[in-house]
Amino acid sequence: MTALPETTEKKLGLVIDLDTCVGCHACVVNCKEWNTSNYGEPLSDMDAYGAEPEGTFLNRVHSYEVTPASGCAQTVHFPKSCLHCDDAPCVTVCPTGASYKRGEDGIVLVNENDCMGCGLCAWACPYGARELDQLAGIMKKCTLCVDRIYNENLPEEDREPACVRTCPAGARHFGDLGDPDSAVSQLVAERGGVDLMPEMGTKPVNKYLPPREKDTLLADMALAPTSEEPKGFLKWLDKALEAL
Amino acid sequence: MKGYTDTIWQGGYQGVTKLGKIEARPSPKVSDEVRQTTCYMCACRCGINVHLQDGKVKYIEGNRDHPVNKGVLCAKGSAGIMQHYSPARLKAPMKRVGPRGSGEFEEISWDEAYDIAVGWMGPLRAETPEKLAFFTGRDQSQSFTSLWAQSYGTPNYAAHGGFCSVNMAAAGIYTMGGAFWEFGQPDWDRTKLFMIFGVAEDHDSNPIKAGIGRMKANGGKIIGVNPIRSGYNAVADEWIGITPGTDGLFILSVIHELLRAGKIDLNYLYRYTNAGFLVSSDEGAEDFGLFLRGEDDKALVLDRATGKPVAYDMPGVIPDLAGHLRQGGQTYRPALQLLAEKYMADEFAPETVAVRCGLTPEKIRAVAAELARVAFEEEIVLDQPWTDWKGEKHDKMIGRPVSFHAMRGISAHSNGFQTCRALHILQILLGSVEVPGGFRFKPPYPKPPEAHPKPHCIDEPGQPIPGPHLGYPMGPEDLLIDDDGTPKRIDKAFSWENPFSVHGLMHMVISNAHAGDPYKIDTLFLYMANMAWNSSMNTSEVMRMLTDKDDNGDYVIPHIIYSDAYSSEMVSYADLILPDTTYLERHDCISLLDRPICEADAAADAIRWPVVEPDRNVKGFQSALCDLGARLGLPGWVNEDGSQKYADYADYIVNHERRPGVGPLSGFRGKDGKSVGRGEVNPEQLDRYIENGGFWVEHVPETAQFYKPWNAGYQDWAVSIGLFDKPQPYVFNLYLEPMRKMQRAAEGIGDRQPPENMRERIKAAFTPLPEWYQPFEDAAVDHSEYPIHALTQRPMHMYHSWGSQNAWLRQITNVNRLYIPGKIWESQDFEEGDWAYVTSVHGKIKVPVARMDALNPDTVWTWNAIGKKRGAWGLSEDAPEATKGFLLNHLINELLPEKGDGQRWANSDPVTGQAAWFDLRVRIEKAPPGGPSEPAHKAAKSPVGRGPQDIAYGEEF
Repeated sequence: MTALPETTEKKLGLVIDLDTCVGCHACVVNCKEWNTSNYGEPLSDMDAYGAEPEGTFLNRVHSYEVTPASGCAQTVHFPKSCLHCDDAPCVTVCPTGASYKRGEDGIVLVNENDCMGCGLCAWACPYGARELDQLAGIMKKCTLCVDRIYNENLPEEDREPACVRTCPAGARHFGDLGDPDSAVSQLVAERGGVDLMPEMGTKPVNKYLPPREKDTLLADMALAPTSEEPKGFLKWLDKALEAL
Repeated sequence: MKGYTDTIWQGGYQGVTKLGKIEARPSPKVSDEVRQTTCYMCACRCGINVHLQDGKVKYIEGNRDHPVNKGVLCAKGSAGIMQHYSPARLKAPMKRVGPRGSGEFEEISWDEAYDIAVGWMGPLRAETPEKLAFFTGRDQSQSFTSLWAQSYGTPNYAAHGGFCSVNMAAAGIYTMGGAFWEFGQPDWDRTKLFMIFGVAEDHDSNPIKAGIGRMKANGGKIIGVNPIRSGYNAVADEWIGITPGTDGLFILSVIHELLRAGKIDLNYLYRYTNAGFLVSSDEGAEDFGLFLRGEDDKALVLDRATGKPVAYDMPGVIPDLAGHLRQGGQTYRPALQLLAEKYMADEFAPETVAVRCGLTPEKIRAVAAELARVAFEEEIVLDQPWTDWKGEKHDKMIGRPVSFHAMRGISAHSNGFQTCRALHILQILLGSVEVPGGFRFKPPYPKPPEAHPKPHCIDEPGQPIPGPHLGYPMGPEDLLIDDDGTPKRIDKAFSWENPFSVHGLMHMVISNAHAGDPYKIDTLFLYMANMAWNSSMNTSEVMRMLTDKDDNGDYVIPHIIYSDAYSSEMVSYADLILPDTTYLERHDCISLLDRPICEADAAADAIRWPVVEPDRNVKGFQSALCDLGARLGLPGWVNEDGSQKYADYADYIVNHERRPGVGPLSGFRGKDGKSVGRGEVNPEQLDRYIENGGFWVEHVPETAQFYKPWNAGYQDWAVSIGLFDKPQPYVFNLYLEPMRKMQRAAEGIGDRQPPENMRERIKAAFTPLPEWYQPFEDAAVDHSEYPIHALTQRPMHMYHSWGSQNAWLRQITNVNRLYIPGKIWESQDFEEGDWAYVTSVHGKIKVPVARMDALNPDTVWTWNAIGKKRGAWGLSEDAPEATKGFLLNHLINELLPEKGDGQRWANSDPVTGQAAWFDLRVRIEKAPPGGPSEPAHKAAKSPVGRGPQDIAYGEEF
């Protein structure tokens, strides 16, 4: 069993705007691309050109249909990766200490030296956010691009997770959710950001901004006619031209 | 777990190098070098930073300085590594050794390949150059490939616009001198209401996503008009789940509402459109439907001050839109009056059209009211003085912050041209084109139809075509037909069947060539167009035509040359393969002569360059054309001594001049590299582009940012950088006179007359004000037998068939299901995992199904270009793309069902020839459980073998 830090100095995490996410999978693939060549083992792809292609991804987008009590059905695109929980069950369940949460910034990581690929952490995570790489036999998860966000070999503006940097719609935000004055905390406050499945008691750091209310054009909205027929239109036209 | 011992791709599996608990602030090396070029994972043309390590591509990200994507990159772009190292890449030139379709090839040298090609094409040139048909698909070098075809002298050249979105492009140019995407964009920073119609989510994809994000952050609202609520429509605040093919009716009903309420921008209309042009309006008058013109042929308006007709562009004139003129016993009325009369009629009232559109009258009214409210009550005023083309000074720029975007969804119908026209007219009536907060053109647009070339054809066999193949006809006199009306082109572009087919009709080439109608050809030369699969209507039949033999046992289409970078379905149907490079291995220019990457506030162009060298015997197709042009001795491709003029495409990009001082690239011209737009050839131009990040940008001056068609500042700036040679101000065409000229011919006026059986169709289709009519297939088939509309969309993470062979992208989608709305799903007792037969008047397929409720209740749909033919693209033959994926194309014919009038009519728009993909009607019924999807075509032999079992990319880094 592995202990969690009592508190963390920062709570680095993502804020994902479900009102803006168009479900394009840019974050999914750019994450794959960065992480397969960087932190630890590659993210492998089994049967890559065959009947059952299946590889490791640290971030995936799911699409759901929601039908409100009245009105049209809606589509919601829902990106999901590790939420870097304060009470991360994936850490406490780890028999080797490979999974750990950092005191300095709250990032949950896997020490690949100590991971034996038992998969307990994946079972413990209520979000399904961890994936066991089938080729390496090692548990993989979102590192919040720990090898980017502090990386002095990157220009300062690029020191953010790959998914955030690449998101075309600007639906992903990165920052310190432990600091109430940070831009991400302000955004969460403004937009009523929520925890994913708070009932699980995991205290996720990542937050989701809910979609705005949709289909609100009022049925009784209509323009008042000024001219019912073409002749009336000509009179209106004449007056309107006079007023120009 | 599985696969530990399988073959590992890329350098072998060398054991686990595990990572310990890492330091708090790690700073690992990112790469050895970053090279900046242009993406080609779709048509969006974003700037990319390609990170290289040990000579291999390690990471690709968006270029923050690039005008298109400003740093972001989509799923396709981020999967570029898997495209570049794809096992489906062709490796060397090949000649066919088995029967067509077998996939049996032999690798040959480039010299042998050129000898074969010249052996076929060379002898045709002197007498029958039209027997070479050269068509390119998703080509981003059309100004180059068309020049080559021009030099060869064949009239048969076009790219893929005819089956893509020509209705949108043509309607935009004819109506307002530009359309969406490459032609223009919303003023994203200022717009407050954005309305998006039927969009292919892979065109202008990153700018639209970024724009939607920016708008939402600013509190703006989005209205999505689409039968399917996915992608952009999923995040739209308001969804209009319209019935396919009725968009035009919906738009005209919104216009009806705006006219009745007087919610139109009169100041804008009288100044910047032909609203005031006097139209001869007594039926039976000799000039009925034409503009009254003055001595210099300028259209006339009625001067409100004097009551006299005067030239429309006379300074200070306010046309009397409410008046009319009697002259020579005839009545002339302003175009706006005709427009109001037409659309204020009850046939366009919300009550009349709502059911047909699948909407409620209240919804149509609410949309009209919201458009009017934002346009007129949230007016934007910029304190930016400017001067118009008549010399009149304005101290402000007035903006109407509503903007629009549309693509194939409204375009790919047989009523698409008029629907697209209707949408532009809506924009114009609201005064929201080229104003702050509205829709803005991107240089070199605005560019009215008159400023575009006319279509050109053979003048004299064996000589170059005297001008560009494609252009904008302004009346019957510009059609490419013989004296007896026979089309001159193999695709029948610019004939009575498709008079304004400004992008050609690539989708008709194979069936026309097979039928020998209007004539037989000898060599079909295709580039980057998967015509044996997802780019053709009626796919199975096209494959048959490509393999069909005549009585002598010879192929009906004698020779087929194909260039592609990948082992696509089309490869196995060609006789000679010219293997292209990947996008990271090639030179390209994204040129202002072609389809540039400009923004509304800047002219821009870009290059690709080999950021990695090819490791196979392949060559950029354009470089191969330089070689072929020289070997064929084409004028412009050889020097005076007969030697090759351009060593390769890079040489052409730098040294070709289209007009003196104007070449493929506008940046860094002149000996010192400091000339902008116009300037002498600079031998170091490509190096300057590379230093600059692979692109060049020149910003539009502040005073010239808006009102571009009428803004003297913009016009002068455009001339200064070589976009055009003299100012070309113009007004927008609410009333489109060239359409009336075609109608007049159909009525029997003039010396160029359509065939008798086409007169009615031309009269009906070429109304100078947009008309809505029922899509042709919709009108031709029995709705009780085929009650459902069927559509395709492209996923945001795929582009054509390139995407679904990509190891990473195919894990996101490798099976396309037919999405069925709840009403139909329940009535037929479908369950998850079921299969269905889908039947159209042309064919029947078997497909997997899934339920979706955020969908028009009479519409089914699927993702396109996921389904693959067994054996293609280096995938295993049991790949789900082949066993479960499917194409709706099998249900769509390039011809309409027989009408019994002795003629087969094209399933295309009658104005432009645009392929009417989205007119499809079907019925569905439960099928026996399980696959495979049908038709299940046999596999061809893969000329590239199969991809590896497992991948662990990045291991060596």
